[in-house]
Amino acid sequence: MQCDVCQQKEATVFLTQIVGGKMQKVNLCEACSKEKGVNDPTGFALADLLLGMGAAQDIERSPNGISCPVCGFTQADFKKTGRLGCSACYDVFGDSLESMLKNMHKGSEHIGKTPASLLRNRQLDARIKSLQTSLERAVADEEYEKAADLRDQIRRIESGQRV
Amino acid sequence: MKHSKIIARTGEWLGGDGPHRQIVVTSRVRLARNLKGKPFPGWAKKAERIEVLKVAKAAVMQLSAMEDAFSENLEALSPLEKQVLVERHLISREHAAKGVGSAVVMNASQSLSFMINEEDHLRMQAICGGLQLGKVFTMINQADSELEPLLEFAFHPKLGYLTACPTNVGTGMRASAMLHLPGLVMSDQMNKIINSVNKIGLAVRGLHGEGTEAIGNLFQVSNQITLGEAEEEIIERLNKVIETIIEHEQNARLLLLQRKPIALLDQIGRGYGVLSHAHSISSKEALNQLSVIKLGIDLGVFPESHRFPVDELFIETQPAHLQKGAEAQKMSAEERDALRATLIRAKLKGVPEPDTSKITIKPSEPQENDE
Repeated sequence: MQCDVCQQKEATVFLTQIVGGKMQKVNLCEACSKEKGVNDPTGFALADLLLGMGAAQDIERSPNGISCPVCGFTQADFKKTGRLGCSACYDVFGDSLESMLKNMHKGSEHIGKTPASLLRNRQLDARIKSLQTSLERAVADEEYEKAADLRDQIRRIESGQRV
Repeated sequence: MKHSKIIARTGEWLGGDGPHRQIVVTSRVRLARNLKGKPFPGWAKKAERIEVLKVAKAAVMQLSAMEDAFSENLEALSPLEKQVLVERHLISREHAAKGVGSAVVMNASQSLSFMINEEDHLRMQAICGGLQLGKVFTMINQADSELEPLLEFAFHPKLGYLTACPTNVGTGMRASAMLHLPGLVMSDQMNKIINSVNKIGLAVRGLHGEGTEAIGNLFQVSNQITLGEAEEEIIERLNKVIETIIEHEQNARLLLLQRKPIALLDQIGRGYGVLSHAHSISSKEALNQLSVIKLGIDLGVFPESHRFPVDELFIETQPAHLQKGAEAQKMSAEERDALRATLIRAKLKGVPEPDTSKITIKPSEPQENDE
């Protein structure tokens, strides 16, 4: 069996970890296992390793590696600390985070509290969209009086949103 | 308000009268929030942290619940003062290690506390005695909603509230209850409980959270998942699990009373003997023996009127609390053990000897012989 990291040497270290009820397996050669710190079980999580492997490949592809354009945090920093640098990092490292989040949590989408202002905007956006559809239909049907009324309603909501 | 004033009295939760007060010591809910467009505290530069601190602290102080609040920058607190707050679960051990650029704010009753620039810009907590997770969530949720117009939180349309660590992303919420489970420990059922609780995505930890030992038969049960489950769902699920654990604890106690009354009385009697006569006692031994006395009160072996002083001892015998009471220069471990024993002896003076009639040993029913 080949090593999952270097894809060259024979794997001699076999790891299995159960995270969130899902089993993850990694096979490593001795050199790679040492490099990944597998010999030190205290600071080791398979999720980090899997994530780090993705990172290692990305870094090979681009000479500078992935780093957050907003705060300068790199994937290597993430691997080291297990923390992110700023809110933009969640989009920058989004792809590799997704599988990690799925294993850690119940799915990868937030269900729950949303700040009231965002919620209001979201509802207004939806309202504007439906008004616009009605407006287009009114124009197509040559119901200009109705169309003008709809247009005014949209303007009112939009000006309210900006305040 | 000054730190000395906060220290002078214990938190409101200690004397509280919540449901399942005998087994559930406290219920807590913590929310993690970050400010939009600012690097997380662990990555931010000092000047950035100080800027966030200023904005966040000003907003927190404006909350209606924060009249007569205690607020202090971490660098202005001595290590001892910080440790006292840790022992009361008002700040984390991680936060106590912080200095310039971090702060703590809490209300006078110590039911609401805010850590600024811990791992996240804002970590806010509500705490109550007994099993009242719904109530503490409402308290902290209201504080969060009041902060919304004052602070723009980092919120992702898909991932929810963004946090420095991906383990908290989504709701940013950690709900937990501190349980006193001597019955389950004495009947060797705790590992079984921990295993089954872990299987459903909840964590069981020791007295001071992650990586700490379970001393005094105290265990914290908390949610692990923060993404893909709404706050109310998490609370409800946790609540159900805790109610089940309470039931198991009550059954374990009944079973001990029925099957091993002598072993039970022996433990309580020894606990009483050690605590009322020791002249040097470690923090760990004190908590373990106090746990037995607390169980004795639950079973009616000691009068109910001694519940509060005994509960208070759980906090007052912690190292930093002892040290601050002494006012002297730093005590050695031996001096602390001696002072701890003196304090406990004084507090237990009024507690009468165990009333063994509460635990009946029926001669007709022969004791199970383990040998």
